[in-house]
Amino acid sequence: MAGTLAEKVWDAHVVRRAEGEPDLLYIDLHLLHEVTSPQAFDGLRQAGRGVRRPDLTLATEDHNVPTTPGPITDPVSRTQVETLRRNCAEFGVKLFPMGDVDQGIVHVVSPQLGLTQPGMTIVCGDSHTSTHGAFGALAFGIGTSEVEHVLATQSLPLKPFQTLAVTVDGELSEGVTAKDIVLAVIAKVGTGGGQGYVIEFRGTAIQALSMEARMTVCNMSIEAGARAGMIAPDQTTFDYLQGRPHAPTGADWDEAVAQWSTLRSADDAVFDAEIHLDAAELEPFVTWGTNPGQGLPLSANVPDPESFGDESDKANAKRALEYMGLTAGTPLKAIRVDTVFVGSCTNGRIEDLRAAAAVLKGHQVAQGVRMLVVPGSTKVRLQAEAEGLDKVFSEAGAEWRLAGCSMCLGMNPDQLAPGERSASTSNRNFEGRQGKGGRTHLVSPLVAAATALRGTLSSPADL
Amino acid sequence: MDKFTTHTGVGVPLRRSNVDTDQIIPAEYLKRVTRTGFEDGLFAAWRKDETFVLNNPLYAAGSVLVAGPDFGTGSSREHAVWALMNYGFRVVISSRFADIFRGNSGKQGLLTAQASQGDVELIWKLLENEPGAEVTVDLQTKTITAKGIVAPFQLDDYTRWRLLEGLDDISLTLRHEAEVTSFEATRPSYMPTAIDA
Repeated sequence: MAGTLAEKVWDAHVVRRAEGEPDLLYIDLHLLHEVTSPQAFDGLRQAGRGVRRPDLTLATEDHNVPTTPGPITDPVSRTQVETLRRNCAEFGVKLFPMGDVDQGIVHVVSPQLGLTQPGMTIVCGDSHTSTHGAFGALAFGIGTSEVEHVLATQSLPLKPFQTLAVTVDGELSEGVTAKDIVLAVIAKVGTGGGQGYVIEFRGTAIQALSMEARMTVCNMSIEAGARAGMIAPDQTTFDYLQGRPHAPTGADWDEAVAQWSTLRSADDAVFDAEIHLDAAELEPFVTWGTNPGQGLPLSANVPDPESFGDESDKANAKRALEYMGLTAGTPLKAIRVDTVFVGSCTNGRIEDLRAAAAVLKGHQVAQGVRMLVVPGSTKVRLQAEAEGLDKVFSEAGAEWRLAGCSMCLGMNPDQLAPGERSASTSNRNFEGRQGKGGRTHLVSPLVAAATALRGTLSSPADL
Repeated sequence: MDKFTTHTGVGVPLRRSNVDTDQIIPAEYLKRVTRTGFEDGLFAAWRKDETFVLNNPLYAAGSVLVAGPDFGTGSSREHAVWALMNYGFRVVISSRFADIFRGNSGKQGLLTAQASQGDVELIWKLLENEPGAEVTVDLQTKTITAKGIVAPFQLDDYTRWRLLEGLDDISLTLRHEAEVTSFEATRPSYMPTAIDA
């Protein structure tokens, strides 16, 4: 990863480098949620260890929380959340619990507080930690053993990643968004193609994206198998950060911006692999199968498994169509859904809600379609309500909810029933991901909203 | 963590690629706050299908899972590793593993043996023709043997060493705590903390 952005951030965090050992990397920010942390805190207790830097650690409640008012009714979910509260109190870790104005999905909360900054190393027991790479941070998901490791030592032993440059040049057409870019990239790379890599997204189409759109792109790097996604910080990044609660101020701000401005891959940087996409050729994208790499432009038909050259891809596609209840050759636009979900760490930020609301405004959700709109954080919810977006959603017949992970994963009350089919702005269409037997089509907020109005997979251009 | 040198056990052929961690253990099973008891959620959706391989009594006592490429993709949940180990698996053989899953396995002592897809196919055939056949995985020599099959596998040297010695990562890092402290002193003053805003 010579001379690349990823290498620069990596090198600036090496605590120890020795022959035959992984590098020991310092971790600038450790985010926690209730699902992947209890066993880590338990490990600390058993070993008589403390949290080395509680001030670089932040927790929020997101995966289990119901998005309707009231307490958690599922006793097992409640225990997990209560365990997080006890652990944070015992070890002195800041927690945003349900009901707190700063509560929300961990990957929405940290950026909006200005805690996610360029050049940092950020980890969380959650694969979508790659989201924070949108700021030029090296951010990746870890397992619970590693959560315990970071709690105890504020560092992690890691083998260097390889680097993959994904360059997207040109201008996106109307109605094509960051979500479509990343779904197209995953379809091209495959779910395993990014394994071992940090992806750097670059090119004029990436530079033109807002910070929130960049977060959508980096969020789904993991779905290509990559450990992290990164985008070099620029004026868009600095403008987003300035004035946020945890952003530097005064002389510190100037020093930080000077440092951040050096965080870009050298012109002669060598990537281990490179791919290019032409933004102008991209269309609204949608998945038809049971992994995020099984996607196609919305204008395409459900593929014939026999059309795949690779035997394993063929078998996979066949199995996916069976699970999804789809027939090869069916136009994707003819697929009828009964549920539409707008939200998640992929597309639960204010710009996503604005985009969906703009499509819905003055129209009605199709009969037989249930639409859930779930802000990614409480702050996003309050902002949306201040802009009147909640009314647009309610008047269109959609349900306006409280912040949380919601229907992105079947861990809280928001789930698909067996056989139900969703158009979802979340990140995974795995079998049963949104509830046992549920069928998921991953889409952008614009496609989600248009689909809600028509009842079949659609883009705003179809309205 | 227990030392891992060699393991022999019943092989289970899982002829599927892209086995994501939502399939290994669905989200509804992630609510426990312990590291044990997750075997009930292992492949929960697939185990409802009576033709699923683990529902065949000849494979049910399996401890070596032989899976298709891209095993363990998706969520970072270490519960996937706990579920496999709680069930009784000690080794997963595949031609390609997802990074986070492989890392999590190494921390817990579940051996991820990366073999060629050609060798995986040979082992699948053997296990399907002779259900209940045993597979031996030797970490010293990085070799898989099963009946007439002898196949090499890959694992990085550092993880191999840790598994052979049964070493806990945190104790290893704490040997270098002074280096962490000196690094900390060099961090720029503008870097944020989560405490005061």
